[in-house]
Amino acid sequence: MTQTDFVKLVLPFKDKVFRLAKRLLVSKEEAEDATQEVLIKLWNNKEKIEGYNNVEAFSMTMTRNLCLDRLKSKQAQNLKIVHSNYQDHNVSLQKQLEINDSVDWVSKIMEELPDQQKIIVQLRDIEEYDFDEIAKVLEMNETAVRVALSRARKTIREKLTKKHSYGIN
Amino acid sequence: MALINIEQLLEKYDNAETSLAEEAQIRAYFAEEDVPAHLESYKLLFQYVSQTKQEQFTKDVPLLPKAFGTKRTKLYQWISVAAVAVLMLGAYFQVNQMNQKTSLNDLSQEQLMAYNQTMEVFNLVSSKLNKGTNHLGALNLVSSKLNEGAENLIHIKEFNKATNRIIKNK
Repeated sequence: MTQTDFVKLVLPFKDKVFRLAKRLLVSKEEAEDATQEVLIKLWNNKEKIEGYNNVEAFSMTMTRNLCLDRLKSKQAQNLKIVHSNYQDHNVSLQKQLEINDSVDWVSKIMEELPDQQKIIVQLRDIEEYDFDEIAKVLEMNETAVRVALSRARKTIREKLTKKHSYGIN
Repeated sequence: MALINIEQLLEKYDNAETSLAEEAQIRAYFAEEDVPAHLESYKLLFQYVSQTKQEQFTKDVPLLPKAFGTKRTKLYQWISVAAVAVLMLGAYFQVNQMNQKTSLNDLSQEQLMAYNQTMEVFNLVSSKLNKGTNHLGALNLVSSKLNEGAENLIHIKEFNKATNRIIKNK
């Protein structure tokens, strides 16, 4: 497999890998790091992945495992991920305020979800995966995915409504 | 889209029963500006979703490291092998040179002279030393004579004793 082939293969889902990593690791730098690692792992095993029929699902599983591992080792070190750098500083002040006001709530609320639910919401609502694809990535059955997703969606909406009607907190 | 319709869809959405197509419908609905107040929270959610969707991985990934890296490490390995070979050869020649015995023929005039002079001096010292040992031989002789004398003294002692006894007996 040449480099161009690999880039073609990876291009459709590298952003998805990154977004999933960011959902789990929160910080942009950490997510970039994790994505890079996933892609390099894929590249190093490029002979093997040619045999897989669904490289994307495989990569997502890999990303998930990698991120969860990192979170675990972080916890073991008793280090909190720094949340201060999760925002793109290039956006204008006006836009930043706007984001802070409303949409940022959603991301804060999502951060509070359990990891499993985070992944499911990410894959379903943002990446628009089918349930069977999600089930494949997470190595669990579809019903469990649906249950977790429903729970997560309800939690998000509940908290969002609360925040929305009472203002900040 | 009718409000009733969207509310039904949202309920299904909350129960995670919507299909992807239905979810796309919901998103399309919330992408529009005017949304009833009680659905405002959903709007935020879908705004966030569509915003997040645009996030991209922009960092460059160095894809070459493995192929490039192996080539490089291989090169380094061969360099180290070559270095070891050079070292071994160097050591071999060095030792060889040291082991070669230089004969008198290889020496230059001056060196030869110096050599001869030293040899002469050594010879002189050794001859003197031999003379010294000859003198020591004389000393040895003296000591043996002394010993003889001492033995004679013992004889005299014996003789003394014998005379004493004779005197007592008298």
